[in-house]
Amino acid sequence: MTSWRIPSGGRIDRAKPVRFSFDGKSYTGFAGDTLASALLANGVRLFGRSFKYHRPRGLVAAGYEEPNALVTVTTDGAREPNIRATELEVYDGLVAESQNRYPSLAFDLQAVNQLAGKAFSAGFYYKTFMGPVIGPLKGTRAWMFCESFIRRAAGLGSAGTVTDPARYERMNAFCDVLVVGSGPSGLEAARKAAADGKRVILCETNAAFGGSANWAGSDQAGFAETLISDLGANPGVTLLNRTTVWGCYDGNTYAALERVSDHRKQPVIGEPRHRHWVIRADHVVLATGALERLLVFPGNDRPGVMLASAAQRFAGEYGVLPGKRIVVLTNNDSAYDAAAKLRERDALITTIVDVRPTVGDWALAQAKEAGAEVLASHAVVATGGRNSLSSVTVQPFDAEINAFPGPPRRVACDTLLVSGGWSPVVHLASQAGAKPVWDDKLQAFLPPGSSSGWEAVGAAAGEGLEPPAPLFEIKAKGDKAFVDFQHDVTADDVRLAHREGYQSVEHLKRYTTLGMATDQGKTANIPGMAIMADALSKPIPEVGTTRFRPPFTGVSLGALAAERYGDIRPGRLTPMHDWHKSNGAGMYAAGLWYRPESYNRQGESVEDAYIREAKAVRRNVGIVDVSTLGKIDIQGPDAAEFLDRVYTNTFSTLPVGKARYGLMLREDGFALDDGTTWRLAENRFLMTTTTANAGRVMQHLEYHLDCIWPDLKVHLTSVTDQWAAAAVAGPKSREVLAACVKRTKLDNKALPFMGIVHGRIAQIPVMICRLSFSGERAYEVYCGAHHGQRVWDALMEAGKSFDMQPYGLEALGTLRIEKGHVTGAEIDGRTTAQDLHLDWLISKKKPFVGSAMMNREGLTDPKRWSLVGVISLSGEKLRGGSHIVDGPADDPGRSLGHLTAMCFSPLYGKYIGLALVENGTGRIGTRAFATDPARSGTHIPVEFVNHIFYDPKGERMHG
Amino acid sequence: MRITCPHCGPRDLVEFSYHGDATLTRPDSASTDQDVWNAYVYDRANPAGEHREFWQHSGGCRKHLVVTRNTLTHAISGVDFAPGKRTGRKRS
Repeated sequence: MTSWRIPSGGRIDRAKPVRFSFDGKSYTGFAGDTLASALLANGVRLFGRSFKYHRPRGLVAAGYEEPNALVTVTTDGAREPNIRATELEVYDGLVAESQNRYPSLAFDLQAVNQLAGKAFSAGFYYKTFMGPVIGPLKGTRAWMFCESFIRRAAGLGSAGTVTDPARYERMNAFCDVLVVGSGPSGLEAARKAAADGKRVILCETNAAFGGSANWAGSDQAGFAETLISDLGANPGVTLLNRTTVWGCYDGNTYAALERVSDHRKQPVIGEPRHRHWVIRADHVVLATGALERLLVFPGNDRPGVMLASAAQRFAGEYGVLPGKRIVVLTNNDSAYDAAAKLRERDALITTIVDVRPTVGDWALAQAKEAGAEVLASHAVVATGGRNSLSSVTVQPFDAEINAFPGPPRRVACDTLLVSGGWSPVVHLASQAGAKPVWDDKLQAFLPPGSSSGWEAVGAAAGEGLEPPAPLFEIKAKGDKAFVDFQHDVTADDVRLAHREGYQSVEHLKRYTTLGMATDQGKTANIPGMAIMADALSKPIPEVGTTRFRPPFTGVSLGALAAERYGDIRPGRLTPMHDWHKSNGAGMYAAGLWYRPESYNRQGESVEDAYIREAKAVRRNVGIVDVSTLGKIDIQGPDAAEFLDRVYTNTFSTLPVGKARYGLMLREDGFALDDGTTWRLAENRFLMTTTTANAGRVMQHLEYHLDCIWPDLKVHLTSVTDQWAAAAVAGPKSREVLAACVKRTKLDNKALPFMGIVHGRIAQIPVMICRLSFSGERAYEVYCGAHHGQRVWDALMEAGKSFDMQPYGLEALGTLRIEKGHVTGAEIDGRTTAQDLHLDWLISKKKPFVGSAMMNREGLTDPKRWSLVGVISLSGEKLRGGSHIVDGPADDPGRSLGHLTAMCFSPLYGKYIGLALVENGTGRIGTRAFATDPARSGTHIPVEFVNHIFYDPKGERMHG
Repeated sequence: MRITCPHCGPRDLVEFSYHGDATLTRPDSASTDQDVWNAYVYDRANPAGEHREFWQHSGGCRKHLVVTRNTLTHAISGVDFAPGKRTGRKRS
């Protein structure tokens, strides 16, 4: 292969050759090349196979709008598919491969799909696969069978399975002015803003700043370079190259992706692969330029057909000519300028085919400079060649009526440059909510003026663009004429969609998938709409454009996640955490907290351990860490009044030094949370909440104080983390405390049930409240969190002579199930006080949150699910979450409720549980089944009993 | 989106929790009129345009704020402390 590199010029560094591989073959390029320009310089024209038909495809564009040249890059075994070769900078050791081809790019077996072209027209999948099964080959079932084959045949690159080894970062930035695009207009806007003392961020999607100044003409290059170096020296200006601004969000927040190290084989130490920027700007200048459009004509996708501006950029920026013998097809004057500039770089341009009947003097002068023959009122109607272009067929053409008033002739060439007019890049303005406005002269959508948050400048605002003839398609018979190259959508597909009744551009898009590929139709949308408008006989603005949404170009998911992946929740550990672990406890995640599950001794299973622990509490004494309970310190002259309003029961009557169990409802009358609240002083209470609901209850209280009763003088402080707490439970609990608490009386008179005393354990001040979750005589010992371990150790020491055993969450659960106490599994947001048999806590003397709504008809219906005890009759282990049914396994009938908790009860020697069951109370004494068909397959006969299995009168905890 | 907390200054949305419609007035606690309570608990207007909402600065000062927000543009035209005598005063 001969080199297509121009001997000098361009912005590549010819002193730095770079070796890379494409499809296993080794090539050489220069630093500053993209994969596209380097391969083009090596004479490579075939870059990929198309999505549906597997047609050979080459380079169309030179930048981010490229639809065809998508490659997969492999780094350390990790594959990144669908990277545009036109944006991928080459580096030593780059390994890239083409996509959607088998067995090789030049010889692709599935190119036979072209022969079945009619079958793959718009809506092929809907028509063939969706809907009822009529014959053996039709219907959704057929789709399920064929899907894997079709997915393999149709498609783009495939993702890898190796974990991405790269590191990503997120950055927040603030500025007065964000300039998007560093072409001449963007640089000028940045210069002006910086001169006014503004903080400026300038983002450029390419490696080199300067935009079109880098290739459009030598006159601008020097000017741009000076501006860039001036801006770089200004401390108020941040220059970000390789950074694509891809999204616009509320409050002038813009998202940008900086490709920090994709151009290097290895990132520099400390450097991420990509950086996700969240930029908050007071004002945004959209200097995003304009994209040249293709024309639609038969065979317009053959490798060698390229945008005129792309050829100019390859020559100007990378010093590569796209071909040896060039024909130009245009509907506007900009292609003449491109031809003249290419001629300056020694390109041979034989013919300029112009669809317009008359060509202006300026254009003719350019053609003369280019040394090209001008064929006005002509069109290209066919292209020839196999995997690359070898000729075009030219025919006289009347664009007004799409007629061909003369014979065709072939023109030999290896490259056809096309210019179908220009579309300003309005994506970010559209994302910002602006509706683009159709400009008849430019045949393009423009951003609608400016808004308070942004303005468009330069080509993005339509400035300096050549007005084209209003022609998007040359309707000639022959090969397929493509609109969307990446999704293989042809002009006939658009017309078919119209004939089948799709009139809205949004429906057209979804039915044909026009503009829905990874390039989001950057070169396809406007021609597609124009063809639809033509079919509808409507002007283009009446067909309208779809709204653009983020991202503008693809964004790595790694960058969006940045450091936030894996389990990023903070773990909450109690002061005694390490003790639990070193004493054999498996730690169980309860929300953010870690709690000991059970303290397994040698050879014990979790079940063995919790049964032993629960027995120890019932017979003797045990100790459990309850530091995770939510704790709220409530102070102020109106504290008691406030509690009366939020609890269903009364707290103003509670004496100082006593605690009371309370229930809170939501405003809609359902139960919110339960817990004990202690009166520590006249105007000071300590509220405890369930572990899981601590945050919700705090918020509930704050909301009512801030928004409903701002006149109440109450102050709330979350003290969950400030108190460590241990519960000592069992018949010998008082003896254990007596052995370590100094100078404080603990007898029934000094410390009755629900009483509070202060004292010292191991010289540490403690608060002891006599309350019980287990149903035994029990005491909760509170101390400052930093002293938690010391007090725990002292309690353990005191318990030694009583054989006190630590118990975990499983034993705690067992004891509470036997006692019929509720937790979050029962207070699940759907249950009322009555459902949980907590209506004894409801005061009739005062209103409270929820009191007005709790007696609604639906909430007092006796058929509601209510709490009931369940005993396994077969000795089988019950499964939490099982459904309660009354039919046998083969015909269980509907669900009557579910099991909320289960355990092996040492008291009964059986598996028992709590359940919420329809008319639960009414079912006591009857039998049913607990069924768990999906997980364990169990179907266990159960009997319903009262939810309090143990000591219903509470004699043990009061005694 | 950012909300300018009158106590803490402009902060990112992630620091705040949404706590519902701020245009409603809670019925008198002693009232047992089911229609009034039903309207308060369940009936919500869904205005296309300006709306007053409670947002708690849960990741900051924990104050409840009344935010006036345009539901069409998400533009915030006013932020104030939730009504009451605590307005503007730091609680220490």
